[in-house]
Amino acid sequence: MRRAAWVLAVLLSHWRRHPMQLATLLVGLIAATALWSGVQALNQQARISYDRAAALFGGARTAMLIDPAHAMFSQAAFVELRRVGWPVSPVLEDRVQVNGRPVRLLGIEPVTMPAETASSSAIGRNDLHAFVAPPGRTLVAPETLRDLGLAAGATPRVNDGAELPPLQSQPQLAPGALIVDIGVAQRVLGEPGQISRLLVGKTTRSARDLPKQAAGTTLQWVAPDSETDLARLTDSFHLNLTAFGLLSFLVGLFIVNSAIGLAFERRLPTLRTLRACGVSARLLNVVVVIELVTLALFGGLVGLIGGYFIAAALLPDVAASLRGLYGAQLPGALSLQPQWWLAGIAMSVLGALAAAAASLVRMARLPLLAAAQPYAWQQAQRRWLWRQGVLALAMLIAAIGILMLGDSLLAGFAVLAALLLAAALALPVLLDGVLRLGGKGARSALPAWFWADSRQQLPGLSLALMALLLALAVNVGVGTMVQSFSATFVRWLDGRLAADIYVSAANETQAAEIRRWLAARVDVAAVLPGARTEVQIKGAPVEIMGLADHATYRESWPLLRSVANGWDRLHAGDAAFISEQLSRRLHLDVGDRLRIAAPGGDWPLVVAGIYADYGNPKGQLAVNIDALLRHFPDTPQTRFGLRVAPEHIVGMIAAMRAAFHLDARQLADQATVKAESKRIFNRTFAVTAALNTFTLGVAGIALLTSLLTLSGSRLPQLAPLWAIGITRERLAVIELLKTMAVALVTALLALPLGLLVAWCLIAVVNVKAFGWRLPFQVFPMQLLELLAVAMVAALLATLLPILKLARMQPATLIKIFVNER
Amino acid sequence: MLKVVNLSKSYRSTQETVHVLRGVGLAVARGESVALTGESGSGKSTLLHLIAGLDEADGGDVWVENARVTGLPDAGRAALRRTRLGLIFQQFNLVPSLSVADNLAFQAHLAGQYDPAWLTELIARLGLDALLKRYPEQLSGGQQQRVAIGRALAVKPALLLADEPTGNLDEATADEVVHLIRDLVARSGCGLLMVTHSARLAAMLDRRLHLSGGLLA
Repeated sequence: MRRAAWVLAVLLSHWRRHPMQLATLLVGLIAATALWSGVQALNQQARISYDRAAALFGGARTAMLIDPAHAMFSQAAFVELRRVGWPVSPVLEDRVQVNGRPVRLLGIEPVTMPAETASSSAIGRNDLHAFVAPPGRTLVAPETLRDLGLAAGATPRVNDGAELPPLQSQPQLAPGALIVDIGVAQRVLGEPGQISRLLVGKTTRSARDLPKQAAGTTLQWVAPDSETDLARLTDSFHLNLTAFGLLSFLVGLFIVNSAIGLAFERRLPTLRTLRACGVSARLLNVVVVIELVTLALFGGLVGLIGGYFIAAALLPDVAASLRGLYGAQLPGALSLQPQWWLAGIAMSVLGALAAAAASLVRMARLPLLAAAQPYAWQQAQRRWLWRQGVLALAMLIAAIGILMLGDSLLAGFAVLAALLLAAALALPVLLDGVLRLGGKGARSALPAWFWADSRQQLPGLSLALMALLLALAVNVGVGTMVQSFSATFVRWLDGRLAADIYVSAANETQAAEIRRWLAARVDVAAVLPGARTEVQIKGAPVEIMGLADHATYRESWPLLRSVANGWDRLHAGDAAFISEQLSRRLHLDVGDRLRIAAPGGDWPLVVAGIYADYGNPKGQLAVNIDALLRHFPDTPQTRFGLRVAPEHIVGMIAAMRAAFHLDARQLADQATVKAESKRIFNRTFAVTAALNTFTLGVAGIALLTSLLTLSGSRLPQLAPLWAIGITRERLAVIELLKTMAVALVTALLALPLGLLVAWCLIAVVNVKAFGWRLPFQVFPMQLLELLAVAMVAALLATLLPILKLARMQPATLIKIFVNER
Repeated sequence: MLKVVNLSKSYRSTQETVHVLRGVGLAVARGESVALTGESGSGKSTLLHLIAGLDEADGGDVWVENARVTGLPDAGRAALRRTRLGLIFQQFNLVPSLSVADNLAFQAHLAGQYDPAWLTELIARLGLDALLKRYPEQLSGGQQQRVAIGRALAVKPALLLADEPTGNLDEATADEVVHLIRDLVARSGCGLLMVTHSARLAAMLDRRLHLSGGLLA
């Protein structure tokens, strides 16, 4: 044990004498762990929120009994089932407006609420009497209380009608919901004796034991699901984040690999001395692994703290993205589980061991008597070159194979991973070829040395250049995808938001008043009524949207393809336009048929067209509004668009606001809605942009640290040139040119690779993840900008070692000749 | 104390097999200093490496203080080097990241044979008192070799093996270093086997062996 401690002390003394190498190693470990754990913290936070929401609503995680048509039913069913021993609990739920904001109102029965619904303890058990007895309590999450602009104790009105019991903040609750006693909910919603569903507590009985009817209602058993609806919907978003986190992690490990490889090379003489002084190979290997694990633990811990701050900084944007894309509510504060810390530390240790694997194997096989080879590591790398080329080819073939055979989101990411890996592995081979060609063209001594020395330097730099290539390619790929999406999204918004003013009345009474008021206005060119309802198709929620038959829609609706007389077919009421994602999910094309379960019986529809519906996680159908109201007569008609001449828009909004006290959410002009949509769009990609920047930054650090660690071992190559009369300044310029040349070739290779990545994202990943495909566009200015950024990053990374060389004391260079190294 | 019996070693390349040692035998007694001379490539260093257990022989035996080196596994050979042998190389083989003081003490610590009084005496005899806080890169060649000698003797080895310890040193410094080694060997009572090219330096030791064509003359 004491012997191991002494060997460890000798090994650690290396880092004390070479703090820059230690810093490089730690920077790699910290960056890798921080970016990975930051992304995982965001994912974990989101998943906890989905679980909270699912548990609260008695949703996917709890077995339920519902009406097959999703209608309300009599609470007598609850009484009857309890009498025969079923542990059921009633819930009444509806969407309501409070203070102009839409929220979910949930009425629960706290005494019979199943204990396993996570929120039940917070809801009733602590203060059951206050919750049930008049005036009762309205429990609400603190975030929702803030959103509503209300204070605890307030008694707001629901839909401007009945008053709710005093609000009470409950941090355990999921946001976006108000919880009251079921009796209160029935009163304020005007649904006496009605319930939405029955939650089924833990029971040994199954759906087969359920009576066919209860109190005259046929009930449908909904089995609990291990995954929530939100979790399912947001899977692709989190997979995207994870993929980015993994990429950053890998780029960080490139730094670790580079630092460890160079440190091993520098320590070879020490390792041999230790063996000669009687340290067995096994003890030496064990101590080196202990040293590495100790460093990884330290780096991992600091990385986790960094990851926490990264996650905290990105959380608002991620929350905005999830709200905008999926309607998922995330709390504003980060709360982390112990397993996050453990997983982060484990990733750091395993990553460090993986990054050091090649060096550890080489050390284990270290021949005790081989003469000291100062550049053994680089030479070994050179021997690997051709094997890398073969491996790159194999990865490319794998990418093509997965692309042709795979049919899932995971396969899409596998294609991307294989493609990037193939490119990274091929890079040193390509650069070696370019430098070899350059050498053949050299006519005089110095250029010949320039090319030859660049090739000699390549193995030491190749990992950092591979990191730069990956970071740049991903930047180009994601940047092109986002720009393509942005351009398409703006055109799409112009089509979808064709009306000049959008109105959403608080209820049907107010909607009728507004319609009457509008009919008397001469400055309103057209009123375009809208209505929406929701149905289930093949187990997934689908939105049906009613469109008025008007030139506004005929001219601008973002149809991707349709039958010749699509709008006429829609007007007839037996046809529908379907969103692109629904067409992909149900494998429906123009001319196909589908049936909608409507209250009055099935509604057969022909697909007359397919339209773009970006950003909507649900499938959507657009039908004629009159036909919709005929088949779904209970659909609320509270929304409409107005066509108004541009000069009357401001006046019209002011007049409506004065007449009906509508707030900004209920009444908005087209420009405001578009601006809000674009703001949400930009926030959605803010996280991607931030992670993109982080990855590029880490790649820049990889290049800097590689150059710094290499600069020491470059002296034996440079000192002879200095000795024969090339000044330090000229040597520095040559070194700068060499690094910039390989960085430029790398960046130029990254551009086509990045476009290939963009194509993969647009044509494979996006289609699988979201169900829509964007037109692929190339943005030359963006590519030029990124090329410039890459060259500036390379210049900055090169500058410090170059300045060091230019200012190097002659005595340092002389040492090369007088001392055994 | 050291007994080498019929030791053989050959290296195989793609074209030929080179027989470096063809049944070498020798013995070194405690307190005795022996020079091993021979032309470049005659197998002097190979013989030393086999005795130290740094390499494995094709045949024959090496005994150090009743321990059969040639029959020991890697861990056993490492233990023998750690506790019973002192090694000095032409390239000074110091740990560059340790100070002179730490370099001097670390093998003794590894072996669990750290004797502060003996180390203090060694430091004084080697003239390293003023250099203890320096690092190897801050020392001259002669100074570095003194540190290597101190490190090897700090464990009070039974046998000191020196592979051209003066190869990188000027004549005056080389003489001084060999004198030091010889005196310290006499003081500690261990045996010395020193490889050298120099007949002058070889003459300073008790006995001289010449290796030629894989055999001792």
